[in-house]
Amino acid sequence: MDLSTSYLGLALPNPLVASASPLSNSVDGVQRLADAGVGAVVLYSLFEEQVRREAAEDARLAEAGTEIFSEALSYFPAEAEEEAAQEGAADEPTPRGYLSLLERAAAAVEIPVIGSINGVTPGGWTSYARAMQDAGAAAIELNIYYIPGDPRIPGRDVEQRHVDILSRVKDAVTVPVAVKLSPHFSSTGEMALRLDEAGADGLVLFNRFLQPDIDPESMAVVPAVDLSSPREGRLPRTWISILRPHVRGSLAGTTGVDEPSDVIKYLLAGADVVMTASALLRHGPGHAAVLLDGLSEWMDRKGYKSVSELRGLLAVDGADQAGSERAGYVRAMRYANLSRAPW
Amino acid sequence: MTRVTIDGNEAAASVAYRLNEVCCIFPITPSSPMAELADEWSSKGRPNLLGSVPAVMEMQSEGGAAGALHGALQSGALSTTFTASQGLLLMIPNMYKIAGELTPCVMHVAARSLAAQGLSIFGDHSDVMAVRQTGFALLASASVQEAHDLALVAQAATLATRVPFVHFFDGFRTSHELNTIELLSDDDLRALVPEELIRAHRGRALTPEHPFIRGTAQNPDVYFQARETANPFYAAVPAAVEDAMAALADRTGRRYHTVQYTGHPEADRVVVVMGSAAETVEETVAYLCGRGERVGVLQVRLFRPFPVRALLDALPASASRIAVLDRTKEPGSNGEPLFLDVVAALAEAHTDGEREAMPLVTGGRYGLSSKEVTPAMIAGVFAELARERPRRRFTVGITDDVSGLSLPYDPSLDIEPADSVRAVFFGLGSDGTVGANKNTIKILGAEEKLNAQGYFVYDSKKSGSQTVSHLRFGPRPIRAPYLVEQASFVGCHHFGLLDRVDVLGRAAPGATLLLDCALAPDEVWDALPRPVQEKIVAKHVKVYAINAARIARDVGLAGRTNTILQTCFFAISGVLPRDEAIARIKTAIVKTYGRRGQEVVEKNQAGVDRALEGLHQIEVPGRATSSRELPAMVPAGAPEFVRTVTAEMMAGRGDELPVSALPVDGTYPSGTAAYEKRNISELVAEWDQDLCIQCGNCSFVCPHGVIRSTYYDESLLAGAPAEFRSAPLDARGLPDTRFTLQVYAEDCTGCELCVQACPVAAPDNPDRKAINLAPRVPLIDAARENVTFFETLPVADRSRVDFGTVRGTQFLEPLFEFSGACAGCGETPYVKLLSQLFGDRLMVANATGCSSIYGGNLPTTPWTTNAEGRGPAWSNSLFEDNAEFGLGFRLTADMHAGLARSRLTQLRDVVGAELADDILAAPQLRESELGAQHDRITELKRRLDELGGAEGPVADLRSVVDHLLRRSIWIVGGDGWAYDIGSGGLDHVLASGRDVNVLVLDTEVYSNTGGQSSKSTPLGAVAKFAAAGKTIPKKDLALQAIAYGYVYVARVAMGADPQQTLRAFREAEAYDGPSLVLAYSQCIAQGIEMRDGLAQQYRAVASGHWPLVRYDPMLRMTGDNPFMLDSPRPRIALTDYTQRELRYRSLSRTDPAEAERLGALAQEAVNQRWDTYEEMATRGAQRFPADARKER
Repeated sequence: MDLSTSYLGLALPNPLVASASPLSNSVDGVQRLADAGVGAVVLYSLFEEQVRREAAEDARLAEAGTEIFSEALSYFPAEAEEEAAQEGAADEPTPRGYLSLLERAAAAVEIPVIGSINGVTPGGWTSYARAMQDAGAAAIELNIYYIPGDPRIPGRDVEQRHVDILSRVKDAVTVPVAVKLSPHFSSTGEMALRLDEAGADGLVLFNRFLQPDIDPESMAVVPAVDLSSPREGRLPRTWISILRPHVRGSLAGTTGVDEPSDVIKYLLAGADVVMTASALLRHGPGHAAVLLDGLSEWMDRKGYKSVSELRGLLAVDGADQAGSERAGYVRAMRYANLSRAPW
Repeated sequence: MTRVTIDGNEAAASVAYRLNEVCCIFPITPSSPMAELADEWSSKGRPNLLGSVPAVMEMQSEGGAAGALHGALQSGALSTTFTASQGLLLMIPNMYKIAGELTPCVMHVAARSLAAQGLSIFGDHSDVMAVRQTGFALLASASVQEAHDLALVAQAATLATRVPFVHFFDGFRTSHELNTIELLSDDDLRALVPEELIRAHRGRALTPEHPFIRGTAQNPDVYFQARETANPFYAAVPAAVEDAMAALADRTGRRYHTVQYTGHPEADRVVVVMGSAAETVEETVAYLCGRGERVGVLQVRLFRPFPVRALLDALPASASRIAVLDRTKEPGSNGEPLFLDVVAALAEAHTDGEREAMPLVTGGRYGLSSKEVTPAMIAGVFAELARERPRRRFTVGITDDVSGLSLPYDPSLDIEPADSVRAVFFGLGSDGTVGANKNTIKILGAEEKLNAQGYFVYDSKKSGSQTVSHLRFGPRPIRAPYLVEQASFVGCHHFGLLDRVDVLGRAAPGATLLLDCALAPDEVWDALPRPVQEKIVAKHVKVYAINAARIARDVGLAGRTNTILQTCFFAISGVLPRDEAIARIKTAIVKTYGRRGQEVVEKNQAGVDRALEGLHQIEVPGRATSSRELPAMVPAGAPEFVRTVTAEMMAGRGDELPVSALPVDGTYPSGTAAYEKRNISELVAEWDQDLCIQCGNCSFVCPHGVIRSTYYDESLLAGAPAEFRSAPLDARGLPDTRFTLQVYAEDCTGCELCVQACPVAAPDNPDRKAINLAPRVPLIDAARENVTFFETLPVADRSRVDFGTVRGTQFLEPLFEFSGACAGCGETPYVKLLSQLFGDRLMVANATGCSSIYGGNLPTTPWTTNAEGRGPAWSNSLFEDNAEFGLGFRLTADMHAGLARSRLTQLRDVVGAELADDILAAPQLRESELGAQHDRITELKRRLDELGGAEGPVADLRSVVDHLLRRSIWIVGGDGWAYDIGSGGLDHVLASGRDVNVLVLDTEVYSNTGGQSSKSTPLGAVAKFAAAGKTIPKKDLALQAIAYGYVYVARVAMGADPQQTLRAFREAEAYDGPSLVLAYSQCIAQGIEMRDGLAQQYRAVASGHWPLVRYDPMLRMTGDNPFMLDSPRPRIALTDYTQRELRYRSLSRTDPAEAERLGALAQEAVNQRWDTYEEMATRGAQRFPADARKER
C-alpha cells in the first residue's frame, strides 16, 4: 500500500498532516505526533502580535523599578537583545522560543516540520519566515487570520493584502510557502487562483475563525474555542473539489476530520494532504494511526494501491464547472426538502 | 582610539575582566555593577586576553569571595574581586594572607563609607583606609578615565612586584559617574602585562608535580624575620608603578605619576589629596593661580607602599604651608592616615637635613559619605592655609558648631568654564527622566567634539522617589566631580516638585527653566508659588512650559514623558543644532525601544515631533505676583526634632544641618514617617462601606499600613466630618457600634493589593469591590479631615481583639507604617503584622537589606509607637551578623529578666508580697495575661518610684523592671542574609535553643542590591549572577531547621493562606525556643506585576513551589506529629506559576531549550519534595528528634 504523497513539493510518507495545535507546543509533542505516524507536522502558529506584546510586556517589567534607588538601578541582567539593540542590530523582538522549538523539533523527527506564521506587519511576516527557514522549517504556512473590522475596507484591498503578504514572503525565503486562508471572500475561488498565480506552493482550506461568544451571566465577551466537527469538512471539500483542476500548487484540506472516512473524502475531493488538529486533540496523537489504518483498510477494500490513484476522483470536472455546481446545489436542495419536516 | 561614555565601574571592570581568569564576587553597593558586568560578559562567552572566558563565581559573602580568591590565586589563576565597604572589611583576614604570600592580585574597590553611627552606601575612603595595614598596595583613581587606566597599571605592577593591589576609586562619584573616556585596546593591555609575568605567577602555584607547602604555622623563632623578608618587594613597588604609568603614557599619551604635583612652580600653599577630589583641587588651583595666587596640589595616587621619595621630589621646596585632606574619619587618632604619612615623610626629610625647613602641615577631613567637595570648599582650604594659625584637624563642607573644626568658605564661587553646558533635571524615579538623560549623555558623548558627564542623585525611598540628574557637556574633558551648582538649564519634570524641592537653587543667573505642567501657557505663571516666582525674577530665569503628560497621552505613551522632555532640552539648550539633535534622538529611540516593537518606536518619535509644537515660552513679569507660599514640610504640631532636623532633611537641606543638630550615637526617634505625607500616587484606595463585609483582608495585606479599622460607639460620630464613612459593626453582641475602615490616602501608594485581596464584588458590577482605587486629588481634602477625626476614635482594646483571625487583627494598631518600600512590597505586610501582634513588647534585630532600608533609612522611618509611647525597639547591626545580634537581645533579656525576678523576690515584702507573687507567677502567653502583667509592672514601678533611692536593690530593680514583661525578640532579614551571608550565624542561633524568632522575608533574590542570585533563588530563575538561569535548586532552609527537632519552623505565604500566616506567627512567638518563619514575599526583582503579588503567592503554593508547612516541637512532646502540611497537593503545573514571572520567562526567550530543561527538572524537584513532605506529615511523632533541652 503506497500512502506517500507530495505536498508543497515535499515528499510525505502519507497524506495525514498534524495541523497547528497545542500538541506541537513542545519537542516531545512533535515527537509523539511523528511516532503516531503523521506525514508532516505544522507547528502552532507564531502570532506576531503576541510576540510583540510579550516582548513589550517583558521589557516593561524589566524596566519597572529601575533608576529609582541608588543601590538597585536595575533588577535583571542585561539581555543579549539589549546589547544588540545598543549596537543598532536588533530592532525587533525575536521569537526565540518558537525558533528553538522549530529547530529542535526539525532535528528530532524525520518528517517535515512546517512553521506557521500569523503576522501583523510586513516586516513581521518576512522576518519570521526567514528565521523559520533558518531554524530548519521544511516549509512555511502563512496563517492569514485577518478580520477587516473596519466595515469600509473594500474587498479588493483585503484580497490584495493576502497576495502582498504571500509575495513578500516568497521573495524572502526559498522553502515552499503555503497560504491558509478563510472561506470568506466574495469569490473564494478567484482568491485561491490569485494566490496560486502569485506563487503559493499550496493552499490550506480553511482557517476557522475563532469567534468570541457572550456569557449572559457574567455579561462579558468570552473566548470560545471548539474543536471542529465532521460536518464542517463539507465547505473546504467543496472548494477543494472545485479548485483541484485549476491550481498548480498543493491543496490541503483541514477542518472536520474525525474518522478515516473524513480523510478519504478529502482525498477523493482532490486534497494532497489532510490536516487535523481536532481529532488529535480529542483522541490523542495516537489517533493518527487509527486514521491511517482506516485509510489503508478502505483502499485495500476498494482496490487502490496508492493515494495518487484515488486523489481527486470526485473533483469537479473543470470543463463544466457551472453545470456541476448547479447540479450539486439542486441535488442538495432536493435532499433537504425530502429529509425535513415541513414546518 | 575608541571614545566611549561609561561609568567608573564599567571602566574598571572592562580592564579587570580582560586581564583575569577568575572573578570571585558578592554584591555590595556601589561596586556591584563591576561584578554584574563581569558575570554578564562571562555568561555571553566573552573571552579575556588570555583567550579564555573568565569564571565568575558568586560567593555567600565577601569573606567567602576572598577565600575563593585566595585559593584561585594560590593555584595559579589570575584572579580578582570587586567590592566595597563592609565587604572589604570581611576580606581583611585573607588580604593579610594574600599579601603575606606575595601573591599578585588586584581587587577593585568602589570606596565607600563604613557603617558606624549609621550605615551609608555612599563614597569615602573609610573602607580602603581600613586595609592600609594588610600589605596590599593601594592605588587611587580620581576619575572614570583613571579608573580605566590605573586598573591596568595596578595589574601590571602587581605582576611585576608580586605585591597585591587594591585599586580604588570613589564610590558613586566615580563608580557611577558617566564620563567620556578613551578606551584601552587589547594591545595596550598586552603591552603592559607581559606574558612571562603571567607565566611566572602560574609557576609559583601549588601543584602536586612540584609540591611544597605554603601556609605554615610559625613560631617565635622565625615569624618576625620571615615578616621582614618582604621588604625589598615593597620597596620596588613605587618604581614599578611609575614604570607602568610611563608605559601607559607611551601608548596613550596620558601621563600619570604615583604622586603628581600641579600648580604654581613656587607655590607657598599646597593641598595634598587623593581620589576624585584631586580633580576639583586641580581645577581650583588653576583658577587661583590664574588670579595670581601661588598655590598647588599634590595628588597622591599610590598610597601604599607610601611613596616617600616621590612625594618629596614632587613637592616644591617653596611649599611652606600644606593642608592634607583625608576622606575618612579615624576617631581618637592624632590625625587621619594620609596626613600622618605626609607629616612623617616631611619630618624625616627635615631631620635628615634633606629639606631645609619643615613646612606647617595641617590635616583635615572632607567628603565623608559622598558629601560634596566643591571648588568653593577647596578655595576655603587655601584661604585657611593663608591664616596665621590654620586650624588643625579641620573639616570642610559641613558646619561643625560642636568642636568648631569646620572651615568657612564662600559657596558662591564658580570656576567652571563658560564653554560647558550645565543642566539639572528634577524627576520622579518612575518617569524615565534618568534613563532619558543617560540617553542624552550617550548621544552627546558620541559627538566627536563633545565630552559629556552625568551624575544622578536618588532619594532614600524605593517608591515615589525623586531623582536629580546633573549633566555637563563641553568641548574639553569634563573634570568636575561635584554636583552642578550653576546650571544654565533646569528641567522640572513634575510641577508638584516646585512645592517640595528648591528647583531653582542650582540655577545660574539667566538660566532656562523647563516646566512640565498640565496648565495652559497663560496660567503657568500664576500657578507658581511665590518663592519660586521670586527666584525666577531675581535670577532672570527664562521659563518654558510644556504639557508633556498630555502629549504623551495623545501619542499613546501615557505616563512616559521622558523623550518629550528630552526633546525640549535639546531644542532649548542648543547643545547641538536642532535638526541634528532631533535626528539623533530619533535614532536613539530606535535603539532604546526597538525591542518593544515598531509601534512604541513610532509613538516615541511622534512624541518628539509633538514636543516641539507643544513648547511655549512663558512671559515673566518684573516681579513676583503670587501670594501662595510653599507648604510646610511637616505639620506645625510635629515634635521639635522632626520640625528642626527631619524636616530639613526632607526638604533637601540636610547638608546645611550643623553637627549639633544630629544625635551623637545614631539614636533617632521612632515614627517619623507619619509626618511625611508623600502623596505619591495619583490613584488611592477608597472604601465602599455598603459593600464591605469587614473581613479585614485589605488591611491585612496593605504593605504600607494605610488601611486602618476600628469600631466604636455610634455616639462618637457626633463630631464626624460630613464625608466620614462608617457602617454598623458586623458582629454579634455589640449593638449601636459602628465600624470604620479608614484609608490614609496621602500615604497610599496605589499598589492595588487591597483591591486584589477584597473578596466581595458589587452585584451589578463584578469589577467593583468593597475597596477600589480612585483618583487621589478629588478625595484628598476630605481624606485628610477624616484621618484626623479617625485618630480621635478609640483604638480597640487589645485584650478584646481576636488575635486568632485575620478579621480580628485589623483592629490591632500597626506600629510599622508608611514605609518607603516599593508599592506593593511583599515583605512589609509581614513586618506590619509583626508590629500589630507583638509591637508593644517587640525587639527587632534587622539584617541589612531592603527591610533595613525601608525600616531605617533617614530622613523618616516607619517603626512607630502606640498612644502609650510603647512600640518596637529596632536596630540594624550588619548584613552578616543579624542572627547573632538578635541572640544578643535574648541573652540580655534573659539576664535582666532573671535579675529583675531575683531583685523582686528580694524586695517582696518591701513592694508588696501579693503584687510580687503575682508578677513572678504570671503566665504571659495570652494578650489579656500580658496586659495584666503590664498593669502590674506599672504598679510596681509606681511603688519603686515611691521608695526612691539611686542605689541599692530598689534602684537596681527599677533599672531592669521592664524585663518582667516577656519580650518578643525577632530577628528579621531577607534571603540574602538568611540563606547566604548570615547562614552560618543563623544556623548557630537556631541551634542555640534560645527563645528567638526569626522572620525571613524571602524574595528569592537579593532585592536591595538589585536582583542578584541567592541560594534561595529557585532552579531555572534568571537573576544577576545567574543570567543563564540558576542551575542549582533553592535550599530547603525549613528542612534544615526541622532537622534540629527543637526549632519551630513555618513556611507561610500571606496571599495563599493569611490565616495560616497568622497562626504561624503566633505559634512561633509563643514557642519557648528558636522559631523560624519563612515568608514568601513578592518583589519587583521577580519581574511580576506587583498588583498581582498575592495571586502569585497563591500560585506559588498551588503549584507546590512553596508548600505551606509548620513544624511545632510542642506537638512532638505531646506525642503528635509535629510536621503539618498546611497546603493541599499541587494542583497547577509549576509553569502556570513560573511563566507569569519575568525571572523565569526571560530564560524561555533567551535560551528556550535550557528553560525547558530546567523547567522539567524544577517540576520534578517539586514533585519529589512534595512526596517527602507528605511522608513526613504521616510519620509518627517518635520518628522526629526529641527536644533534649532541660529548661524552657
